[in-house]
Amino acid sequence: MSGDAAVVSARAVTKRYGSFAAVDGVDFEVRKGECVGFLGPNGAGKTTIVRMVSCFSPITEGRIRVFGLDVSRSPREVKAQLGICPQEDNLDPDFSVERNLLVYARYFSLPARAVRERARELLDLMQLREKAGAKIQELSGGMKRRLVLARALLNQPRMLILDEPTTGLDPQARQLIWQRVRMLKARGTTILLTTHYMEEASQLCDRVLLMDRGEILLNGSPSNLIEREVGREVVELWNFTDEVLAFIREKGWEHETLDERVHVFLPPGDDGGREIGHRFPHQEHLLRLATLEDVFLRKAGRALRDG
Amino acid sequence: MTALQAVRNISRLTLRVWRRDLDVYLTTWKTNFLPPLLEPVFYVLAFGLGIGSLIGDLVYQGVTVSYLRFMAPGVLAVAIMFWSFFENTYASFVRMYYQRTFDAMMATPLLVEDVIAGEILWGTTKSLLASVIMLGVLTGFGLVAYPTGLWVVPLAVLGGLLFASLGMICTAVTPNIDTFNFPIFVFVFPMFMFSGTFFPIDILPEWARILAWILPLTHVSLLVRGSTLGWYPDGAVWSLLYLTLVTAAAFLVALLLMKRRLVK
Repeated sequence: MSGDAAVVSARAVTKRYGSFAAVDGVDFEVRKGECVGFLGPNGAGKTTIVRMVSCFSPITEGRIRVFGLDVSRSPREVKAQLGICPQEDNLDPDFSVERNLLVYARYFSLPARAVRERARELLDLMQLREKAGAKIQELSGGMKRRLVLARALLNQPRMLILDEPTTGLDPQARQLIWQRVRMLKARGTTILLTTHYMEEASQLCDRVLLMDRGEILLNGSPSNLIEREVGREVVELWNFTDEVLAFIREKGWEHETLDERVHVFLPPGDDGGREIGHRFPHQEHLLRLATLEDVFLRKAGRALRDG
Repeated sequence: MTALQAVRNISRLTLRVWRRDLDVYLTTWKTNFLPPLLEPVFYVLAFGLGIGSLIGDLVYQGVTVSYLRFMAPGVLAVAIMFWSFFENTYASFVRMYYQRTFDAMMATPLLVEDVIAGEILWGTTKSLLASVIMLGVLTGFGLVAYPTGLWVVPLAVLGGLLFASLGMICTAVTPNIDTFNFPIFVFVFPMFMFSGTFFPIDILPEWARILAWILPLTHVSLLVRGSTLGWYPDGAVWSLLYLTLVTAAAFLVALLLMKRRLVK
């Protein structure tokens, strides 16, 4: 396979549960060395896509190739080269931390001797060395996640799949995971991740696929998407009067009202924030940089359903 | 066709699943070995010396035997059923549902069929281990004839496989862990009582006898009893054939139903 060949290529992929389409005719690619993030609210279809790519879920229609192999036909070969971090921690509570890695390596038929060494390296990498003999129940949420990540790296995967890698973690634990993922990225690991945290996507992904209701709405780098879809700056207003609203309409600014808050998406170079402050000195407002969340708000017309 | 495909999907990797369960078992082997050591002792004391002394001898297939010698193989047959059935219901369910161990395994080159076959193989092994330990204890009490008694070993494998598969079927369809009470009370418990385990089924009325012959444990009891008493029981070939067919069917159904439960 050539250097820039697609690691994942999905064509017209649909996944139906009964009459409900969880994923509805999507196309996408992941290229070698890229970190691609599926971003969207719960129920958007991100996890369903990940489950199909990792040969967990049969595809209803369409085709997915991973490393050039059809996932429906060669699941063993595909999975042998993937490192999968599931959403829920499924570490083996019947074994110690180190034993978790050793037992898991057997499923990949890795040679036992090399595995001992590799397991130690990975525990070092994930700052879990002193926990090697600990029980899983003794680990914090962050440590468990790091161990899951270590486990996914045992087979030296050609692609890492991270399904909501930091959901439910405190900020410190999250930073530690991000650091490690960035390090893997720097080493050239291809990564496919899902998240509903905009910040996570901005921090880690070279490219983001924004999903809602089983479809891919947008595809691009985080900064490109923001600039293209909402511009650079956003003004948020609350406790606003009809006058202010009329002024915004008159100016022709794109805006979205959500939960009694108006989000005004300013065109590039427009000094609208200062203008509003000047015209309506008592109006409560906030001028800030646009984020991926605004992109989603603009595109899907609603806020991300979190939780 | 799908059943055939499912069987074909079982690879050598299924032994890694079995090995995982064995490793867990071995980390607590002392507590695991104790029940099969003690259980036959209690049975022998309670049934043999207690109830048995009230009954004395009985006639089984035209031969007079002491109640204790009659009952001992029943204890083995029950153990063959219990150990695999409970392993592949409660224990498998905990691994599948609470620990998500199956999901973790399926993120590796293992296919769902490898996982299920490995679990069933492990349930079978539990029956085998328990039977061998109990056979040793019963031999100590002088209740096993040899060399025929060694037939208990392959019978424990066949019976273990059968009840492991039946347990796995229950796991595939149970909505939650409490619902296992249902198959245990309508299926396992009646078998425990009415499969010729503790009394010869010939003394039952005809309708009950026919029902008893349908129960797979009746055939396990018959064959195990023949082994420990040291003679060839009437209808042994038919029992063996029946068990083999039911086991093959149960194994396939378990595989397909578990696949349906896990692959969505």
